[in-house]
Amino acid sequence: MTNVNPNFVLMVEDLTVSFDGFKAVNGLSFEVEPNECRVMIGPNGAGKTTVLDLICGRTRATSGSVRFKGKELLTMREDQIVLAGVGRKFQTPSVYEDLSVFENLELSYPRGHSVFGSLFFRRDAEVKTRIAEIAETIFLADLLDEKAAFLSHGQKQWLEIGMLLIQDPELLMLDEPVAGMSVAERKKTAELLNRIIDHRSVIVIEHDMGFVEDIATRVTVLHQGQTLSEGSMERVKNDPKVIEVYLGH
Amino acid sequence: MLIDRKSRFLTREEMIGFAILAVVIFLVLPLALDTFRLNLFGKYLTYAFVAVGLVLCWGAGGILSLGQGVFFGLGGYGMAMFLKLEASTPEATAIQSTPGIPDFMDWNQLTALPWWWEPFHSLAFTMIAVVIVPVAVAFIIGVAMFRRRVGGVYFAIITQALAAILTILIIGQQGFTGGLNGITDLRTLKGWDIRSDEAKEILYFVNGALLFACLFVAQYVRRSKLGRLLIAMRDQEDRVRFSGYDVASFKVFVFCLGAAFAGIGGAMFTLQVGFMSPTLVGIVPSIEMVIFAAVGGRLSIIGAVYGTLLVNWAKTTFSESFPELWLFGLGALFIAVVMAFPNGLAGLWSEQIMPRLRKRTGGGNGAPASPAPVAGLSEVRKAAAE
Repeated sequence: MTNVNPNFVLMVEDLTVSFDGFKAVNGLSFEVEPNECRVMIGPNGAGKTTVLDLICGRTRATSGSVRFKGKELLTMREDQIVLAGVGRKFQTPSVYEDLSVFENLELSYPRGHSVFGSLFFRRDAEVKTRIAEIAETIFLADLLDEKAAFLSHGQKQWLEIGMLLIQDPELLMLDEPVAGMSVAERKKTAELLNRIIDHRSVIVIEHDMGFVEDIATRVTVLHQGQTLSEGSMERVKNDPKVIEVYLGH
Repeated sequence: MLIDRKSRFLTREEMIGFAILAVVIFLVLPLALDTFRLNLFGKYLTYAFVAVGLVLCWGAGGILSLGQGVFFGLGGYGMAMFLKLEASTPEATAIQSTPGIPDFMDWNQLTALPWWWEPFHSLAFTMIAVVIVPVAVAFIIGVAMFRRRVGGVYFAIITQALAAILTILIIGQQGFTGGLNGITDLRTLKGWDIRSDEAKEILYFVNGALLFACLFVAQYVRRSKLGRLLIAMRDQEDRVRFSGYDVASFKVFVFCLGAAFAGIGGAMFTLQVGFMSPTLVGIVPSIEMVIFAAVGGRLSIIGAVYGTLLVNWAKTTFSESFPELWLFGLGALFIAVVMAFPNGLAGLWSEQIMPRLRKRTGGGNGAPASPAPVAGLSEVRKAAAE
């Protein structure tokens, strides 16, 4: 392909998905640069979560192209996309409630992903050290043996972020990482995310404008499955179209 | 509280559980029962292979198969074909119009052995086929279903249909399979009379040893990362997928493993009982096997063995005295398990009896009975570390 820019981590071109004729995402194009933190905002139903679903293969696109470091993702299986280096956090915390925090992190450790790899997976010092490190980062070092079911909502969100961190993806996609958190948890999470996004590309969906301003390199405003506006937070905030459909009310 | 996160093969409690089961199977039952009853318990234990497989598939992986009788049957028929061929020497079948083929073939006007019966002249082939054929069938079903993300109730119904299909096929193809009567009149294994009391006792112990081998394999799988992945998949399939695992291949693996266990159980059934018939393949036995696992506790491999023994012992006892009431009893038992003790006997043990015992002996601070419907491995391990 001639128009593949190797400088972009992710290139989304003319991405469209139609559910029974309703185009949830309609001809969307955008690029994500290395180390960029792209925040997607937009009113409910704008197609933000669907965009993430399309990139990570959870929903199959109707047409268009999603290239990650030049590799087409739309034809790959979810687990192959993950192993290629794309991590995804869901909107509601999805952790393995019946397993301990340690085991949750261990399952995300990037080794032994095949059937026999996992059958003969050894919990060696390297794994333990890495898990301890991550647990420290996500404020759960003291809760490693706690069952995930007994964690608070905020702690579950952190755990899921930790599960992504241990995968060490080049592109991290977070769907409303601070939703439903207390003020104190929100602050800690912002601090955590700031540390995480330092050396990787991130796409975040978020409604909390203060939080967005804090972390965003660039902002994309989605409306009815299309880009309404794109640019720095400053620019987007003052865009009359954005004020009308989203920020104004 | 000191916890080391070594993934030990057996915790202290599991070790005791295995030891007690070994004593029951290898000492108590052989000493307490006469050969006839021991052989009966040997038969029950062959169902336990299936129940252990179901604990992995259903209890750990959330894959409920209502067609395990298919795999039990395939293993059983494989062994029966070998034994039948050995019993059908030209001398023994001299009165047939075609000597040297199994009697039921002769009755159905077959004049030559079907080609797919030929390899079952070899014991080595048979022993491999007893495992490989069920695994191959499970693999095909598993790939077809799990790749398309068919799961839950739909999967259960399809496996149920398979059990029905195989039964109909076996009954319909009388000349090749022995039909409704099955394959009967099996006598010797490489010249060794399997009908003698001595043989029955030896086979009982062989069966017990194989069951323990399967239990150890199952335990290894549960203690491996794969075992934890199965639990994770049961709860958050999508999260597992988006952690970079091909969920379908894990399901296929565990389904195949369950089928392998069932196949071995089926072969041992044939050896101990001396026949194989479609009544052990169909819907009813398949569901009964799920009940064995449920009664024993679908999360506990050892529980599954006790569940199988208990239900079958009850079945034999009750149907000797009140034959018409047994099916109602079985239904009531299943309802009781679902309503009152969803984790079966193993759940009763770990949630009710163990904490009390611990309190009485003053052993530590008494791990709280697990409030969640699932006693996770982590909890068991924690309890052991205290």
